[in-house]
Amino acid sequence: MISELGHFALVLALAVAVVQAVVPLIGAQKRWSGWMAVADPAAVVQFVLIAVAFGALTWAFVTSDFSLRLVVLNSHTDKPMLYKVSGVWGNHEGSLLLWVLILAAYGSAAALFGGNLPATLKARVLSVQGMIGVAFLAFLLFTSNPFLRLAEPPLNGDDLNPLLQDPGLAFHPPFLYLGYVGLSMAFSFAVAALIEGRVDAAWARWVRPWTLAAWIFLTIGIALGSWWAYYELGWGGFWFWDPVENASFMPWLFAAALLHSAIVVEKRESLKAWTILLSILAFGFSLIGTFIVRSGVITSVHAFANDPERGVFILMILGVFMGGALTLFAARAGAMEAKGIFAMVSRESALVVNNLLLAVAAFVVFVGTIWPLVAEMLWDRKLSVGAPFFDAAFSPFMIGLAVLLPIGAMMPWKRAEVGRVIRQLIPALILAVACGLLAWALETGRSAVGPVAAALGAWLVFGALTDLWARTGRGAVGGRLQRLGRLPRADWGRVTAHAGLGVTMIAVGAMNAWATEIIKVVQVGESFPLHGYEVTLNKVEQVEGPNYLSTMAEMAVRRDGREVAVLYPEKRVYPVQAMPTTEAALDYGFFRDIYLVIGDPQDNGGWAIRGYWKPLANWLWIGAALMALGGLLSLSDRRYRVAAGAARRAANPVAAE
Amino acid sequence: MRLILALCLSLLAFPALAVQPDEVLPDPALEARARAISQLLRCPVCQGENIDDSNADISRDLRLLVRERLVAGDSDDAVIDFVVERYGEFVLFEPRATGSNLVLWLAGPGMLLLGGIAAFAFLRRRSKQPTEALSAEEEARLKEILKE
Repeated sequence: MISELGHFALVLALAVAVVQAVVPLIGAQKRWSGWMAVADPAAVVQFVLIAVAFGALTWAFVTSDFSLRLVVLNSHTDKPMLYKVSGVWGNHEGSLLLWVLILAAYGSAAALFGGNLPATLKARVLSVQGMIGVAFLAFLLFTSNPFLRLAEPPLNGDDLNPLLQDPGLAFHPPFLYLGYVGLSMAFSFAVAALIEGRVDAAWARWVRPWTLAAWIFLTIGIALGSWWAYYELGWGGFWFWDPVENASFMPWLFAAALLHSAIVVEKRESLKAWTILLSILAFGFSLIGTFIVRSGVITSVHAFANDPERGVFILMILGVFMGGALTLFAARAGAMEAKGIFAMVSRESALVVNNLLLAVAAFVVFVGTIWPLVAEMLWDRKLSVGAPFFDAAFSPFMIGLAVLLPIGAMMPWKRAEVGRVIRQLIPALILAVACGLLAWALETGRSAVGPVAAALGAWLVFGALTDLWARTGRGAVGGRLQRLGRLPRADWGRVTAHAGLGVTMIAVGAMNAWATEIIKVVQVGESFPLHGYEVTLNKVEQVEGPNYLSTMAEMAVRRDGREVAVLYPEKRVYPVQAMPTTEAALDYGFFRDIYLVIGDPQDNGGWAIRGYWKPLANWLWIGAALMALGGLLSLSDRRYRVAAGAARRAANPVAAE
Repeated sequence: MRLILALCLSLLAFPALAVQPDEVLPDPALEARARAISQLLRCPVCQGENIDDSNADISRDLRLLVRERLVAGDSDDAVIDFVVERYGEFVLFEPRATGSNLVLWLAGPGMLLLGGIAAFAFLRRRSKQPTEALSAEEEARLKEILKE
């Protein structure tokens, strides 16, 4: 009964979305305020209806309603509650339901908090948002209905893929989707602006918070996925250039570019057409990501050909929205005349270079991701594109970005002098080179990756600090320190995010260059050395978990005879899915992680053990967290809060009337 | 319960975990080369895993093959050629920059060049443009604002 209600709510949501897509658009064209006003309640009602459907599906999972096909395929009564709930979106149908839920949430947020938007722009934005809703609700209902019933419900379910039964991965998809779908707001604003034929500073000020929010969520989502891969897959890899990862990375790069170009529109009324194009592309790549992940096209063209219904549907959505938006762009972009005048060397041009590097880097990822597909279709060549390619083809752009970033970030608008900026940055430069040399002196192998990454990362961090200090102006140190606290949050945000990028780079370099590994057969009671630590295999025993069986080892980690940690790496078997997983045990540290994995029993009674020393591993997530925090600080900047306050003030008299 | 547990465990086939202790070569230099090569080769039956990380049996065979060739004195390239000859270019994670693959390798630099030229042209235009005078309409609006 509840499931049918959910299904019915979803059908109603589709109907509401159609109204939301059509009525306000006509209203905005004809200047009928009544028609335009339909958008707000429609957006809110659509969200409420989808929330009801989502609630119904969650209820089915929580109560293990095995008359639902989806629950049977993805759940089990023994599964812990957290994973019963996360099982809702741990599958195709449920994750799409989450997708439309978030889409509608953004739409209703724009309806509720967009009081300061001009009526026609708001109506058009919500209309475009409604169109996206129509497309995905139709996709959900016609090809991927989550509420399908079974005539003969089984006694129990098939369980969720054990690899996915993990706290890190339980929250990874929602964050990622909040990011993907958040970019739909930038898209809707871009299309609405194209219809209006007007892009100005105010437009950029409205778009930027949405893009920032989407980028923050993407950052957190990607970091969670990477962290999960790091501790769950059993060898401490954190990024594999897998098509599914790339699918989330491309929108991230585009969103990062969009964030920066929107600043130029906001402050200098320039780069308008490019910013609009970026808004369209950023969401386009979110759709491409959805297509890649949901159609299975990348794993194999044949998997796609066998079940093409869903893939073709998403491809159609992609074609309609990108085709429509880009056609509109081609027709209207000429009208977006740039206003600002600036010199070749200026903050504006630095941001153009930033955009160039980020966009081309994203393009490289895109070409690398689809190349196997292209090669197979055009030349029938079966080939692979993997980490070695991306390391070689992508990294140069990031290196270029890192070299230029601190200089560009400190350039003033309109006209800058490179010499002046560099003079300010000399201390940062010296510190960065020193860090690189220190790394070079300390490392045992003669790898260039580590020292270069250390120098670049330090350059970014110290450059960001210099940037912050320079913002306090001139005068006595005391006065400058006082001014530090009064700097706009946007400044703090920029500096924090840039420093976060630096920290991440240092970690990537350190992990790639210096991680050490040991693979060994160890007898119970035996010890082995691991990068200055001594690890002892105390015992191995069989343990029973809620829905799995486990072979658990107890291993003591000592340094100079003193016990640092006792770790319990496991090998688990989930009987329902007959799937083994390795649960590595980690001792997290600020400068290093100790990472232990237990393997198979050996013929001579020992165990295959793998141990890793991972330098600065935590810096990866710290760096990502700093980037997200920087975004958050920026988002809370006064100028956006003032805009929100204006909305409230504008709303009050209306309420009083 | 113990018995059932043991039975369950024995019934389930455990796949071997990536590189096994018995595969490791005694010569560390040779082993390091083997690991580096393994990371360039794709497991033919997995989803985008290299043979170094993969648990599949065929990956183990390939890892042993790579080490066998290295011990026999082959160079790194010769070992890779040897594997590609038998398993096709599909196992190569870094496609060779020949033939149509040149498009792949040149996509980034080419795009950077095109984008760079476009950006440069744009920046030149912006920096050369004289400041526009206010239109009559804007002039009137400015006066209005100043009066307020």
